[in-house]
Amino acid sequence: MTPRMPSRVLITASAAALTLTLSACGSGGRTPGGGSGDGTLAWALTQGSEATFRASATEWNKEHPDSEINYQYFQNDPYKQKLRTAVGAGNGPVLFENWGGGGLKSYVDAGKVTDLTPDLDADPEWKNRIFPSVLKSATFDGKVYGIPVNGVQPVVLYYNKELLEKVGAQAPKTWDDLLALVKKLKAEGIAPLSMGGASKWPDLMWLEYLVDRVGGPETFADIAAGKQGAWSDPAVLKAARMIKQLVDAGGFAKGFTSVSADTGQAEAQLYTGKAAMILQGSWGYGTITTGSPKFASEGHLGWTGFPAVAGGKGDATNIVGNTANFFSLSAQASAKEKKTAVSYLKDGVYNDTYVDNLLKNGDVPPVKDLDAKLKAADNADWTTYVYHLARDARSFQLSWDQALAPELGNDLLTHLDQLFLGQISPEQFCAQMDKAAAK
Amino acid sequence: MSSAGASKAPPHASRAGGPPFLMALPALLLFALFALVPMAIVVYLSFTRWDGLGSPAWAGTDNWRTALTSDVTRHALWLTAKMMVFSWVVQTPISLLLGVFVSGKQRYRALLGVFYFVPLLISTAAIAVIFKNLLDPNFGLGAALDLPILGQDWLGDPQLAFYAVVFVIAWQFVPFHTLLYQAGARQIPASLYEAASIDGAGRLKQFWHITLPQLRYTIVTSSTLMVVGSLTYFDLVFVLTGGGPGYATRILPLDMYITGFQSNEMGLASAISVVLVLAGLLLSLALLRFSGFNRMRSQQAGM
Repeated sequence: MTPRMPSRVLITASAAALTLTLSACGSGGRTPGGGSGDGTLAWALTQGSEATFRASATEWNKEHPDSEINYQYFQNDPYKQKLRTAVGAGNGPVLFENWGGGGLKSYVDAGKVTDLTPDLDADPEWKNRIFPSVLKSATFDGKVYGIPVNGVQPVVLYYNKELLEKVGAQAPKTWDDLLALVKKLKAEGIAPLSMGGASKWPDLMWLEYLVDRVGGPETFADIAAGKQGAWSDPAVLKAARMIKQLVDAGGFAKGFTSVSADTGQAEAQLYTGKAAMILQGSWGYGTITTGSPKFASEGHLGWTGFPAVAGGKGDATNIVGNTANFFSLSAQASAKEKKTAVSYLKDGVYNDTYVDNLLKNGDVPPVKDLDAKLKAADNADWTTYVYHLARDARSFQLSWDQALAPELGNDLLTHLDQLFLGQISPEQFCAQMDKAAAK
Repeated sequence: MSSAGASKAPPHASRAGGPPFLMALPALLLFALFALVPMAIVVYLSFTRWDGLGSPAWAGTDNWRTALTSDVTRHALWLTAKMMVFSWVVQTPISLLLGVFVSGKQRYRALLGVFYFVPLLISTAAIAVIFKNLLDPNFGLGAALDLPILGQDWLGDPQLAFYAVVFVIAWQFVPFHTLLYQAGARQIPASLYEAASIDGAGRLKQFWHITLPQLRYTIVTSSTLMVVGSLTYFDLVFVLTGGGPGYATRILPLDMYITGFQSNEMGLASAISVVLVLAGLLLSLALLRFSGFNRMRSQQAGM
């Protein structure tokens, strides 16, 4: 019997896998989990804003018993695949949470998403309340396909005040400051920057900011538009060279390529005093304050924008990051469901209690005139900083791996990883990306 | 040892009778439904362009041309072969020696045997998460024990990461193969050793001339499982390194997953998976053919 073992194992495994997929599809249909009756189904993520969504649904359903919203929550990682399978099979929800950008665009191209422009145009007050820079991530060919539902997530440079004081330095304002600071910190035996390089996407934040500072937002606009040779733009090459310069100068903590971003170890290096700075999205604030409440409350945590680059075209107020998560409306939904969904997006999302709930969680929603509310919230200095950063930004660039088609986004992450590892040169990086984009 | 009776049964006995075809039908139907049908669909998909959302569009042999010429896939294939060889070379001697050792009747060996099997009880994802933390250069084993030699950049250095993965896989699977060798070693009749010691053979000679030859088929079994099994390493590597750094641990199953479910190129991923299935089939066939597996019979005739 033994020789049959391997194939048997394979068969059992594939059978089990298939049964799992099948049952997942079966339960992923239109059966509202725990919800009552046949309300309008919305799919959302468990992390982040789940508490806000829950409170919002309860409130909405109490006031609108004839047009209820039923939420179902999913974990981040399997969600993308599950959504794709369900929507591809015509079993998707009415509203679904997404990140905008290239991911959403593939759904739009497949004709699976409703154009929300007419509804927004019919209500200018609603439309004008949302930051245009954020709405841009869900706008394709001038049509809006998603409404933001949670907070903005710009990338900022966090630093350990104690360590910077120890070497008698200020937070870096320019790229040259940063390089000088790296030298100083290294001389004191302090790792300048920590980073979760094993997850690859933290690498990307450096490239995004540097390309923006050197060449301005137009450089990436060319890349996103698929312009031939856009990756060999002098700004991209210069940014790649600056990355190499920083890596070669020992800017990143030893072993940064094996630190995973999911485990919070990169942030831990900052608050345990092993590293002085970290470039991270606004969610890093939550990771740091939960990881070491004392570190933040005793005022050791500092933050600042990405350094300016001398002679660069990009404005110093420009930011990159995740603009926000969006709700998009399925094109397959019935007219009644669409009506419910639109009125929920208009009046249920970002109403007073909704915004309060978001702020309580440290999320800063991209809507106008929030200053008064922010002052009253906990962590007012942090939330106000993030709010002003997003409000005053000349450009708010969506993370490239989200903005580009998933296929190119993946190639980008791997090639960039190789650049950080020193396996390929900046010139090779540009050439390889041009080749991948031409595919 | 009373296995003499069994060994006298003619080797063809099982082929002559056998259960009627009807009894195999339910299993065959399940096999067809859950293995053959999906495989046929995958072969079809490998000739299409599909992102999982719309409907597949015919692409002819595009995916195949890409899969067979792309540096990434070739590298993945090479890594898979390398992983196979290294896994075998590392795991076989360790589990053989351990297996023979714990097959002894002494109490402490039984106790040690229990400890060796612990990794078998832990789920793969958990093992990966544990090692990811242990191998972390800043907060891992090296930092905790203050041993710089353990504080290497295990999973972040493209050269080291591959061997780190081989090590963790060995840590996970050696217990299982130890179990096989333990069972095999216990089957060896004590009279062989008695005869050998009367002839003046020492421990080493006994191991070399009795234990090893007697374990021949166990080695074949264990090697088959290792070699074919190494084609399916996925979960551990996925959690541990995600195929990185760079492409350093992107083995074929991982390449398939990343292509299909992260880059949404289902057609290309299907082509890769067909390559994987073919490689598995060829390997199994080759092992069956050259190891004498199908001619296997008792080695204890005359005992």
